[in-house]
Amino acid sequence: MNEILGHFNYGIVILLMMMGLYIVIASSNLIKKLIGISVFQVSVFILYITFGKITGGNPPIIVDNVDVYSNPLPHVLILTAIVVGVATTSVGLALIVRIREAYGSTDEDDINDIDKNDNFYLKNRSTT
Amino acid sequence: MIANLELVIDICLLAFLIMIVFASIKITDLFAVTMLFGIFSFVSALLFLDLDAVDVAFTEAAVGAGFTTVLMLSALRLTTRFENVKHRHSLLGLPIVILTGAALLYGVADFPNMGDANAPIHHHLAPDFIRLTQQKIDIPNIVTAVLASFRGYDTFGETVVIFSAGAAVLMLLGMGHVERKQEPEKNLILWVVVKPMIALILIFGLYVQFHGDFGAGGGFQAGVIFASGFILYSLVFGETYARKVIPATILPRLSALGVLIYGVTGLMSLISNKPFLDYNALSSNPVGGQHLGILLVEAGVGLAVFSTILLIYYSFSGREVIHYE
Amino acid sequence: MNLMTHLPVLIVVVPLLSAALCVLFNNRKSAWLITLLASFFCFYASINLIQIVQEVDVIIYSVGGWEAPLGIELRIDALNALMLLVLSGSAVLVSIYALKSVEKEIPVQNQVLFYTALLLVKAGLIGICVTGDAFNIFVFLEISSISTYALISLGHDRRALHASYQYLIMGTIGATFILIGIGFMYVMTGTLNIQDLSQRLPVVADTSAIRAAFAFLTIGVGIKAAMLPLHQWLPNAYAYSPSVVSTFLAATATKVAIYVLIRFQLSLFGIEFSLLQMPFNKILMILGTIGILGGSVSAIYQSNVKRMLAYSSVAQIGYILLAIGLASEPGFTAALLHIFNHALMKGTLFMALGLIAFRFASTELSVMSGIGKTMPLTMAAFLIGGLSLIGVPGTAGFISKWYLVTALLDASLWPLALVILIASVLTLIYIGRVIEVAYFQPAPEGITQQKVPKSMLVALWIFALSNIYFGLYSDISLGISSLAVNQLMGVTP
Repeated sequence: MNEILGHFNYGIVILLMMMGLYIVIASSNLIKKLIGISVFQVSVFILYITFGKITGGNPPIIVDNVDVYSNPLPHVLILTAIVVGVATTSVGLALIVRIREAYGSTDEDDINDIDKNDNFYLKNRSTT
Repeated sequence: MIANLELVIDICLLAFLIMIVFASIKITDLFAVTMLFGIFSFVSALLFLDLDAVDVAFTEAAVGAGFTTVLMLSALRLTTRFENVKHRHSLLGLPIVILTGAALLYGVADFPNMGDANAPIHHHLAPDFIRLTQQKIDIPNIVTAVLASFRGYDTFGETVVIFSAGAAVLMLLGMGHVERKQEPEKNLILWVVVKPMIALILIFGLYVQFHGDFGAGGGFQAGVIFASGFILYSLVFGETYARKVIPATILPRLSALGVLIYGVTGLMSLISNKPFLDYNALSSNPVGGQHLGILLVEAGVGLAVFSTILLIYYSFSGREVIHYE
Repeated sequence: MNLMTHLPVLIVVVPLLSAALCVLFNNRKSAWLITLLASFFCFYASINLIQIVQEVDVIIYSVGGWEAPLGIELRIDALNALMLLVLSGSAVLVSIYALKSVEKEIPVQNQVLFYTALLLVKAGLIGICVTGDAFNIFVFLEISSISTYALISLGHDRRALHASYQYLIMGTIGATFILIGIGFMYVMTGTLNIQDLSQRLPVVADTSAIRAAFAFLTIGVGIKAAMLPLHQWLPNAYAYSPSVVSTFLAATATKVAIYVLIRFQLSLFGIEFSLLQMPFNKILMILGTIGILGGSVSAIYQSNVKRMLAYSSVAQIGYILLAIGLASEPGFTAALLHIFNHALMKGTLFMALGLIAFRFASTELSVMSGIGKTMPLTMAAFLIGGLSLIGVPGTAGFISKWYLVTALLDASLWPLALVILIASVLTLIYIGRVIEVAYFQPAPEGITQQKVPKSMLVALWIFALSNIYFGLYSDISLGISSLAVNQLMGVTP
């Protein structure tokens, strides 16, 4: 019982991760895919922070009268990972805007259809 | 009972998150999904807070719930609002996801129980970080100490990541044109309320930047918050005025400057033949050197993040909408 | 200040800061010059590092003055040194080539940022190859990836945008998988440093967490390395990106991912665990073989030569993975040799294509009629690269194929050795198609020999001649590879 309770957080987080991953794979809309990736990434962050937590611990800022601090290392790693995530999301969104302008659609299936039907079409995409 | 309360909050927040993501899967109006994502980020920030990760909560709230949502809305404005449900590939998605989920559950089975103070990770590096931060760096925020000093090289990489994202978005979208001599929509309530808010936001940003050593905060959070002030101004008073305050053309240079500040601070130690980013070499007193190093480096980070975030926002908001059909 | 001791960190920091300088000065000519100088510096550094490594075996550099595992250490052994040589060498040649290629292919307002992104990709890849910290690998992987997405999207065909987006999605999933793997390893051991992990893992190796970590790391890195069946982003990404970008990526990016694979599986998990306990050697060999045959066959059917070469790259990666899967000394040597030689081959081929694109704004096979006469120097270089790809004796490609075949025969795997020979024949077919159109078909009317930029030709021919040089005098490449393999295999008990 203790085992299940102790791993409960992890189980839910994995469910979140998989829901995020499902959005990425199953959606054909480009923006929704990107949202799915963000959800997936944030869930991984929750995973990291979960295993850094100590029951009865405190945030890792040194104050008097406190001896037990939760582990600072996962926090540092996730801070970095959040920034990497937002960087990727920004670039992804910029790409989607350009794709929309070039193809007229943000739906992957539509875009694939357009691509198949013009093999020798070298359109100069609109300049920025 | 404190531990129990934390656990109860934890379970409630996780339940919220599951509901939000489930709703996102079902809903096809991307505007709604974007707002749900903003709520998702915010609830995760609360969860981080419950799990003692204050700096992370701070960053997630500012970056995820704040900036990313604004960015997605800007992108939505330039693209389509609705998703075509008929094009879903559930047949492909479900098996892969079930397989991956099963592998993850298998892997997690051997994890130590959550919150267990005897887990290996709490006995290897963490005690040393806590101890050495007090001895050698002497600042209260251990996360800032690890981020800026012990693992400063990673943070340098992170600063470069945000810089490269700015460069990438600039390459893709350019800085946008705002030649429209558009007077902003006169909305008295917004104008009156927002002006002092912006002032407070900017001051808060500076506070977070310089107090990152003592409480939650640091360069990243400060940079995003400071940029948010300008983004808010731009949203309420119009791009034209915002770009007069901070012209888009200096932002890439500021971003590069931030990276250079970080790098040059690191290179200073090379003069005394100490390794890159060794702050002890920056001053005759090692602890003072650490303080100076962390201050400079966080300043570089703050500058780079501020300019890049604002730059990315300008690129999106300054782009003209192209209508089809 | 002793410059030599700081080379491990300078080889990363110089390109990074140079990228920032490019943006600061915002001038096209100086951006190119900065890129060139940074590349030369990195090349100089990598040569020195190889010499130092040959003397001391391993260079350790503790960034921030904090020793590992508390801080981040840079750890350079022969394998790193070899990768650095390939990276920096390709970077120098690509920088020389870029002057005219970028002028032609990239819109004026993006040229400064192009060089910035190129430097960032290079710095990111170099950063992966010098660090001894697992999480640091993730950070630098993302530095190089983000800039790569931007660079690919600059191709003049709008399909470049979609190709870049696909790569972004797949690449980010891969990076997140790597993050999950690192997290699992961290939970069980408490550390992120590769050396430290290799010492602490054997104790916990028998847990489900570590096995899951292995799987996630491998899949994540496999996506970046274009390992079948996760290779789908590669053909479009290579085919539609600008010439400079496809040349540089083909020579370096996937190899660095394979380096990470080798580093994780051999140094971190240890040969016994990776290749024997988890039955990964068989999986690698199967995936590698499918990649070799699938890639080569797909290449034959392409009408766009760039796409053809992209599928060829998938096949070449298959060779390397097959060699690693052998889990033997000759196998690893063959793999490392091929990492080196493939950079030379593909560098030549893609640069030649870039020159053709410079003139004709297209890399379709139909456009290449008769260019044996109208672009003689370019095609001759392409021919050399092609011969190397096929594995003709006297070229670098022959050396690595020879080592691979001997390694296979050593392991009594006659059928697979036969597969390699079949693949060479397949390569002959698709290269042959290009040669036939170029030399045996008449040039369209009005197309005559024209001048092409000397800088591009010079870079191209240095690549081409290296194929021959390293085919005849393989001591250098062989020497470093053998040293690296000895170190890798000596690490495991």
